[in-house]
Amino acid sequence: MANSRPNKHAYIRYAIKRLIQGAITVWLIATATFFAMHNVPGDPLLDEKAVSPEIRKNLQAKYGLDRPLLEQYGIYLSNMIRGDFGISYAQQNRSVNDIIREHFPVSAILGVLSIVFAGLGGILFGALTAINRNRLPDIVIMFLVIMGISVPSFVFAALGQITLVNVNAFLDTSILPVAGWGTVSHMIMPSLILGLGTMAFLTRLMRSSMLEIDNADYLRTAISKGLPPTRIFLKHQLRNAILPVITVLGPSIAAITTGGFVVELVFAIPGLGRYFVQAVQQSDYTVIMGTTVFYGAFLVFMVIVVDLLYGWVDPRVRLD
Amino acid sequence: MEATYSFDRIEPLARQVTRTRPSLSYWQDAWRRFKANPRSLVSLYIVMALGLFTVLGPWVWTIDPTAQDLDQISTPPGADRRARVVEPYTRWVPPNITLEALSPSRLAVIGEPTTQAVRLAWHPVVGASGYRVYRGIAEPNSPDALGLPLTDIVNAALTGFEDRLDLKPRTYHYTVVALSTEGRELEGFATLDVPVTRVITTSEAIERGLSERNGSALIGDVVYLDFHPLGTDYLGRDMLARLMHGARVSLFIGIVAPFLYVMVGILYGSIAGFAGGRWDQLLMRFADFVVALPFLLFMILFKMVFNTGPGESGVFAMLLAMILLSWPATARLVRGQILQIREEAYVGASRLLGAGSMYLIVRHMIPNTMGVILVTLTFAVPGALFTEAFLSFIGMGVAPPNPSWGSMCNEGIKTMLTAPHELVFPAVFISLTVLVFNLLGDGLRDALDARMRSAE
Repeated sequence: MANSRPNKHAYIRYAIKRLIQGAITVWLIATATFFAMHNVPGDPLLDEKAVSPEIRKNLQAKYGLDRPLLEQYGIYLSNMIRGDFGISYAQQNRSVNDIIREHFPVSAILGVLSIVFAGLGGILFGALTAINRNRLPDIVIMFLVIMGISVPSFVFAALGQITLVNVNAFLDTSILPVAGWGTVSHMIMPSLILGLGTMAFLTRLMRSSMLEIDNADYLRTAISKGLPPTRIFLKHQLRNAILPVITVLGPSIAAITTGGFVVELVFAIPGLGRYFVQAVQQSDYTVIMGTTVFYGAFLVFMVIVVDLLYGWVDPRVRLD
Repeated sequence: MEATYSFDRIEPLARQVTRTRPSLSYWQDAWRRFKANPRSLVSLYIVMALGLFTVLGPWVWTIDPTAQDLDQISTPPGADRRARVVEPYTRWVPPNITLEALSPSRLAVIGEPTTQAVRLAWHPVVGASGYRVYRGIAEPNSPDALGLPLTDIVNAALTGFEDRLDLKPRTYHYTVVALSTEGRELEGFATLDVPVTRVITTSEAIERGLSERNGSALIGDVVYLDFHPLGTDYLGRDMLARLMHGARVSLFIGIVAPFLYVMVGILYGSIAGFAGGRWDQLLMRFADFVVALPFLLFMILFKMVFNTGPGESGVFAMLLAMILLSWPATARLVRGQILQIREEAYVGASRLLGAGSMYLIVRHMIPNTMGVILVTLTFAVPGALFTEAFLSFIGMGVAPPNPSWGSMCNEGIKTMLTAPHELVFPAVFISLTVLVFNLLGDGLRDALDARMRSAE
């Protein structure tokens, strides 16, 4: 396949272009977040109990809220470029950076595990349905897939928890913990649940992708060459059918990130998603702004990475 | 051979053309295809049924969804609704119990255990300086799991207790443990299963109109409490009424929001597609930017910006946020369609025949994009429903006491172990609606999409 790589220069130029576009998008996200948050009715210091005007002034000075809006925006941007998201209003002595540093890895592990579950499951089940088209495995799996697409993640999370409670009670031991975080056994159920929706979606995609290449020329050639069926399946069918699945991995990461909010909430996992939801409920403005920009940048970056990966894996993709 | 030419007018052939079947318009054809697919037909019927449930439901089932029935909290559907009318509560003093009266158990119920009060008495324990009473909903099988501690009695002479704390018509397991002088629990405990019956006082029964005899409920009568076909939630509110009113909110957002943002998308996309060139580039760049915004994060931000009062339902803010953020996908699609159709031969032919822009738009562009738009719209409904459910679930959506399916799930998940129906019903409704719209979308795509048609 060495000769089929796209022009290296074109590829690098494309990558740089995408990265610049991504940076602009992140800047716009940061700006939109900043001005949106400044238009939120109320004021972050309003919740403080019986603040005298002097203390209020001091607090405003401390957080820079007494400066003109544009100056605040400038400070905010320059701080952000240096990677400083400020201090949480609700938890006085924690910086937003600390919160992200501490809780994002948890979300990331959960997300990566569920992506792996979803990807492997989707490819496996999708291939299985396509091979057994219109036979029992296909019908059963496609029924489950429709369920997986139609049931919201929090219902799955609740069902998973109830199942664990009942199974643990029935066996009188704890095979998997019902909630919490820390060990590998804590991770299995939440990441499985988080990956379910995406797995269903990928299964459907994989199935149609497999069926689409069913009468491709190269497949007929491979069969007429007399290649063994496993080789045809692995080398020709599976490999070509997986390509479209990779493209949707970018959007899937976004879906899994937001789905993570719910799963973290239900399973009491100390991830960043739960922190974001908590910050929203507590109107903790700096944390909301920091996590929004962080998540936004993360998602934009992931989409770029997936696109670049796709361009690398499939040489036929036009870079523009 | 001599050919004879005649220049007489020939009979028009049109009369002789026999049509084997009437020609069908695009929509007639699509409808015929749609009808042929039982799955899509069934889903269409279910969508109609859901529409009836939502629109007519609250007129048929006129129970107020915010009214609380405090006698029936978290009751599952089909629960026993009977209540016996009793006299109003009177004070009770624990009697002195002799050993014989309690034999063989060391713990006994005095009188009838009712939801008004459960009265316990027990045999004094030697060396005890007090007693602790527990109430559990499960059989106590270890001294560490006796249930809810109700009271500490610090008087060794007092060997009775009256429980009036939030009693439900069910079986409770009462346990009494003796306490040492330091207040520590002594070895051993006495346990008793108490089946509690539901009672109601005369004045309550009359006040709520439960008695058949107007104004004079008799002691000992059995009255039936209000009927809740799908049970009640944790505040004693009727589930069916809440589901109906919740459907109004959820389906309103689920259908109106996609409709509006698809409209915005059509407008934006067709402007970009028609304008072409520089404007097209600029407009689509902006659309790309909006797509890149992390949808749910910004949705939550917008909700915070637009949501002013705590008493508001939050529907408007959610709608606005969805419209502001969701249009680009449709805009892209419509623009692509229009650019494609603009180059089609039939549009060229029409133009050649002197058709104006308006005619092209009305006659060719709109009918040919309609199918795609309809399919997009159908597939957008589940997405919007999910978004509403998600936001309400994390507490950023519809504000209480207004019900929505998502917020009902949010409330139901807290009681899912003891009262699963509170989570199951709204979850089933969300899932069913999403499922049905997905199937409907599949059916519509098969019926309307020209690409799929040629593949058949």
